[in-house]
Amino acid sequence: MSTRRIALTVNGTRHEAEAPVRQHLGDFLRGTLGLTGTHLGCEHGVCGACTVLLDGRAIRACLVLAVQAEDRAVTTVEGLAPSPEALHPLQAAFCANHGLQCGFCTPGMLTTLEEFLRDCPDPTEEEVRVAISGNLCRCTGYDSIVAATMEAARAMREAAA
Amino acid sequence: MDGLSPRPGEDARTLAAGPGRVVGRAVTRIEDLPLVRGEGLFAADVNFPRQLHMRVVRAEIAHGRIVSVDAEAARAMPGVVAVWTAADVADIPLIPFRATKVRGLEPYCQPVLARDRVRYVGEPVAVVLADDAYRAEDAAETVMVELEELPVVLDAAAPPGEFAPGHDTEPTVVRKEYGDIDAAFRSAHAVVELELSVGRHSGVPLETRGAIARYDAAHDVLELHGTAKKQHWNRDEIARLLGRPPQGVHLFEGHVGGGFGVRGELYPEDLLVCAAALRLRRPIKWIEDRREHLVATNHSRQQSHRIRAAVDAEGRLLGIDDVFFHDQGAYVRTHGARVADLAAGMLPGPYRLPAYRVAGHFRLTNKTPAATYRAPGRYETTFVRERLMDAIAARLEIDPVEIRRRNLVATAEMPHARPLDALGTDVVLDSGDYEGLLDKALARFGWDAMHKELAARRAAGECVGAGLAFFVEKSGLGPSDGVRVTVDATGAVEVVSGAASVGQGVETALAQICAEALGVDYSSIRVVRGRTDRIEFGNGAHASRVTVMSGSATWQASLAVREMALECAAQLLQLSPAELTISEGVVTRADGLAGPSLTLAEIARGRGPNSPAMRGQTPGLTAERWFWSDHMAYPYGVHLAQIRIDAGTGGVTVERYLVANDIGRAINPMLVEGQIVGGLAQGLGGALLEEFRYDPSGQPLSTTLADYLIPTIAEMPEVDVLIAEDAPSPLNPLGVKGAGEGGTNGAGACIASAVDDALRRPGAITSLPLLPAHLRALLVEAP
Repeated sequence: MSTRRIALTVNGTRHEAEAPVRQHLGDFLRGTLGLTGTHLGCEHGVCGACTVLLDGRAIRACLVLAVQAEDRAVTTVEGLAPSPEALHPLQAAFCANHGLQCGFCTPGMLTTLEEFLRDCPDPTEEEVRVAISGNLCRCTGYDSIVAATMEAARAMREAAA
Repeated sequence: MDGLSPRPGEDARTLAAGPGRVVGRAVTRIEDLPLVRGEGLFAADVNFPRQLHMRVVRAEIAHGRIVSVDAEAARAMPGVVAVWTAADVADIPLIPFRATKVRGLEPYCQPVLARDRVRYVGEPVAVVLADDAYRAEDAAETVMVELEELPVVLDAAAPPGEFAPGHDTEPTVVRKEYGDIDAAFRSAHAVVELELSVGRHSGVPLETRGAIARYDAAHDVLELHGTAKKQHWNRDEIARLLGRPPQGVHLFEGHVGGGFGVRGELYPEDLLVCAAALRLRRPIKWIEDRREHLVATNHSRQQSHRIRAAVDAEGRLLGIDDVFFHDQGAYVRTHGARVADLAAGMLPGPYRLPAYRVAGHFRLTNKTPAATYRAPGRYETTFVRERLMDAIAARLEIDPVEIRRRNLVATAEMPHARPLDALGTDVVLDSGDYEGLLDKALARFGWDAMHKELAARRAAGECVGAGLAFFVEKSGLGPSDGVRVTVDATGAVEVVSGAASVGQGVETALAQICAEALGVDYSSIRVVRGRTDRIEFGNGAHASRVTVMSGSATWQASLAVREMALECAAQLLQLSPAELTISEGVVTRADGLAGPSLTLAEIARGRGPNSPAMRGQTPGLTAERWFWSDHMAYPYGVHLAQIRIDAGTGGVTVERYLVANDIGRAINPMLVEGQIVGGLAQGLGGALLEEFRYDPSGQPLSTTLADYLIPTIAEMPEVDVLIAEDAPSPLNPLGVKGAGEGGTNGAGACIASAVDDALRRPGAITSLPLLPAHLRALLVEAP
């Protein structure tokens, strides 16, 4: 089984590691780097739990090979909070609005929404619903996630003002 | 006082009505922080040095005799340490069941690896143990399983086939009966008869299953990680099946990515990783992939009913006679015949029913084994019963709301005992104001005004309708659960419970109850659950039992600690306990006057094992209490829906939805609402999207999340939730009833009713799920 040495930046830190050429990015992040916050729910690109940002764009870590991330920047859920003490506004709003129950889909929701709010800082509820239409949640029924996102968007706009 | 022995009369202290300091309030969860930061510990996140990865080789046909299993090529693959077939695990008994009174099911239990036959696609036949998950999967693909095909049984209502020589595919028939059913039909003004069915669907949590076993030789303890739901029972059974004392086996629960009934039962893989860890002396990790999950983890729901009702001229029920066929799949799993039994016991629901007879044919088929899924036996029978009520209304030309009013059990009739049992307890509806809640729900939904609006839209050519379904849930299954509450020398509070968490907010709910009773901040309380090494006994998290059972035990244990703290403080402050109170962890004068105070930390230190004052007593500021219950508490409610059918595609859009649910007492209304809305999403999935389909040879067709469709946000309507607390349960000190399943229970029935209404064809809908192609056909044939 052939492997290749790759270098990439994850959550601002440069990493170099061996990766089997057939290994998907999700397994590389979780196994080789120990970043288990990225969850694998289906490994066929449907559920969205493994969503991470690749050069700032949301992708499914189960549908990208680790070697494809060579020389690129990856942000996972572990990279969202500004510090060990503080939360990203989306994380805070998910807590405040009961936007999670079991928490398994949450990392993919947060990364998806982080990209979305950068592109669309003042969304309508309908736009939020479209933004997470590719992420499955089996616990919440989604309403609380929409409410959390609207609150986070407000907080981020106020912080930027 | 020693913290272990309850004082006489202390269990009479009930939670006062109305919102408390923290109970009854929508406070945020103490679980959330690690989960939003990506610091959770789900099964796949558990790793141990030197671990091996297990891959399961599964049957690829639905029924066949095993001719041979050739694993030679696999054993020679790089990284492979062992390959096991049935012969290697012949010493492990069949997986037992825990939850049935029905006898004679033992021959139908599943072996950890298939022995002479395979009976469903996905059945474990062999396992590969290798140093890497990818390599284990490579090797598993080279294991050659030679099978001789046998005829398949796929329809539970078809004549039984052969399970094994001497055993057919009907292990038992669940029968219940009371009243004079024949007389009811003889005297009936009308008899309404229906054939109805519910499709095969299940919990499908977003996290697949996982099991990581490790033998700690230094302490002679077998550990299993990635567990859920029933740790203590599973610990005892794993110990028994592998020939160890229970004290030498410990189960650990990390984060759980959704349970919904299916996770945390004892499955073949759990025993296989444990056996391998003991034999190979290396940690063994198994993580299910999604395709495996959809064929290996419990399915649920599939039943077909032939139901008849006898009614008088006013539409009052005189009797119900039901025959149903329960599709159990290939083996009897840990629940035994529980779902069929619950269906039979809970079918009458909220209605006064003088006579009842039911025969539930519990049938095996060559499909994935089935068991419980959120509102088991109730989702199915609420669909059947509410279809029946709609049919009676149509037959007698009585309004569907009115027909329900005439039959609902009245508040004055509570508690209402039925000569029936469910989950091994007598069905006694403990409390309720059914009609009152129906009125509230109709008013809140704007039922009458909506009908005018729908009529106008129909006149304009739209296919729109509305429906409702009343349901009764059950919760708080006993018999017991215990909680130990301890304040340590720093004043930190820990609640150790025998409950488990499946992601629903158990920790927050128990912390709120403890905080209310003890007088501390809920957000700093540590709640321990799902660990057999911290508490000797526990009955876990299922059947909407945690808030009722573990919540009540938490209340009692916390009050006992409070009393202990007040007595200690009273001695030191030279006041009586009644003159003191506890707030934010500090004991002060209850009258608010200035004076000396003591922190719980100081009191705990004073009760340390080396404190001279504690000589001859059990040390610690700690108490353990057990709560017992002989009967279940029965929450109830009503679902109301407004829907639109796309005439072109047959697709249903749910425009508006209300769930009204009386749960006695909401410990945290935000979490209750989350349970109801999330439960509804699953109920709507079963009504409109989700189905495990099979081809005529028994090949599963729903093996990806692109084929088995769970609701996305696009399918979710605007949902309104009415949480009622009109009828607190008299069976526990908190007045609570479970909130986990009411959102799911009535959804199939309600959507069917609304679709009937949109089609303007009462009784058109006889099965779930309502897939677009079927509705399109109904629209085309509509007059």
